[in-house]
Amino acid sequence: MRAPTVTSVTCPVCGCLCDDIEVTVRDNRVVDVKNACAVSEAKFLSYYRHRRTSPLIRKKGRLAEASLDEAIQRSAEILAGASYPILYGWSNTSCEAIRVGLELAEEVGGVIDNTSTICHGPSVLSIQDVGLASCTLGQLRHRADLVIYWGSNPWSSHPRHVERYTAFTDGRFRASTWGRYLTRQDAAEARKRAERVAALAPGKEVSVPPVVSRRLPPTMQRGERKMVVVDVRRTRSAGVADYFLQVEPNSDYEVLQALRVLVMDGELDVEEVGGVPVEVLEEVADVMVNCGLGVLFFGVGLTMSLGKLRNVDAAISLVRDLNRRTKFLIMPMRGHFNVTGADTVFTWQTGYPYAVDLSHGYPRYNPGETSIVDILLRGEADAGLIVASDPVAHLPRDAVRSLVDSPLIVIDPHVTATALMADVVIPSALVGIEAPGTAYRMDHVPLPLKKLVEPPQGVLPDEEILQGILSEVRRLKGGAGT
Amino acid sequence: MVSLRVSLLTGRTVEQGRGKEYGKLSEEYWREVAICELDPGDMKLLGVREGDGVRITTDFGSVVVRARESGRAPHPRVIFIPYGPWANLLVDPRTHGCGMPTLKGLPAEVEPALGAEAPTLPRLLREHYGGK
Repeated sequence: MRAPTVTSVTCPVCGCLCDDIEVTVRDNRVVDVKNACAVSEAKFLSYYRHRRTSPLIRKKGRLAEASLDEAIQRSAEILAGASYPILYGWSNTSCEAIRVGLELAEEVGGVIDNTSTICHGPSVLSIQDVGLASCTLGQLRHRADLVIYWGSNPWSSHPRHVERYTAFTDGRFRASTWGRYLTRQDAAEARKRAERVAALAPGKEVSVPPVVSRRLPPTMQRGERKMVVVDVRRTRSAGVADYFLQVEPNSDYEVLQALRVLVMDGELDVEEVGGVPVEVLEEVADVMVNCGLGVLFFGVGLTMSLGKLRNVDAAISLVRDLNRRTKFLIMPMRGHFNVTGADTVFTWQTGYPYAVDLSHGYPRYNPGETSIVDILLRGEADAGLIVASDPVAHLPRDAVRSLVDSPLIVIDPHVTATALMADVVIPSALVGIEAPGTAYRMDHVPLPLKKLVEPPQGVLPDEEILQGILSEVRRLKGGAGT
Repeated sequence: MVSLRVSLLTGRTVEQGRGKEYGKLSEEYWREVAICELDPGDMKLLGVREGDGVRITTDFGSVVVRARESGRAPHPRVIFIPYGPWANLLVDPRTHGCGMPTLKGLPAEVEPALGAEAPTLPRLLREHYGGK
């Protein structure tokens, strides 16, 4: 009998949420996957590795197997007994589970924060200050003729973004640039071959390598779709772009502000900005002003380097200035699978997208004070609940030291660095493979997640585990219960 | 001993993404994340080859990872370590009031650590966070 193939599966890996994945299931296991990128394929074909199916509770310094009821009971005791617990993670689970997490945070009077805090948190702050002219990815696929990735390396972080939504896709009004890329590659290979042959010629003097021109190639003046990458390093994405603009580390703010001046027909009385000659910036500004519809995708290259939210202010302001001359849009390259959903559900429920302090009985939001890294560095949290995230692997060392100092509960499908340091570990079903739900794509389009296989015996989805802890917390606190 | 002052970038790679899906305790994850991509010219100056240990030190910590010749060169005096527990020992935790630590563009020093091995994840957790 042929194994059943499930089509239109939404990928639970990055913010692209590619929803054209085809998955073949045999004997309750994914055995084949089509249309997926390398990371997605690794997830679908190895989700069952490094799993634990029984909950663990730390006793006398060692994690020992326990029943689910015991683990839920112990988690509820830790949270109900804490005065300032922190509930963190959320970007790798469903909106439905996040909603219960918010209810739990309110019940225990804790701080709830999601992974935006260490990726696009500064972008959110900037968007709240300056606004955002944005759209859905579908519009860009069909209409954008200038695609700029700034401080973002989609080839590595969102491997199918270029292929599905921008330069390498055939839109209704814009053709794919894939053919042009192949031609460029062939020419580069031919040039390398010719150089190798020339170097082998007897008696030939070794010539000085030519000075690489940073001027824009003539193809950038054509009316076709173009892709530009701006980064501090020639990333893999830079290799597929029509033009790569390399800037010095920590100089994005200056380069963005310089472009703002040039876009508004101003003049710069310096020779270079951020390591880029002004005449090159003038050419880039010309290409921006002369496009039909441009889009600036910005990544964590802006939010994680010097300037942080001010870099994003400058990028959004550049797009605002460009809209006086042409049509231009801007979008953050949200990284984790459902991080956009986490921000969205947080905002429905509390009015704020991340770093929400509910210890006063009402939501307070002040990133820099109520965000996880700051709370941990001040040593204020006295318990932690980590859901679908691995902060021990992804927060700076001093923050991790503070986190593992207090009782720590982890709800996660996999054995992670955080789970190894936890006091209670509750394995959960993998949302998007073993549990259904809803997730938001980076452009705020909600998509359904499918259940493809049954989870291991006795393993529940995050939503049900959180409901169990919430009920138990309410019982312990003598509240209304559910 | 030779050492170089560099700018440290941390970031995502496809290999890191795959490694984390294979499992944080997997051989693949350690092999792809406990590394430092260096410009070939800088490697020559330091006298290190592909796979040799290099010690990276910042104002915030120090760790040994394996040197890897960068496929994205030239980028002299700029080094790259994928996101993960090894990079986290080096980054600047201060958020300057916006919640976000500084994870890119950090001043750092690289020196050869020939014979030293990048710690595995369990060893790193034990050494830096003391276990529980």
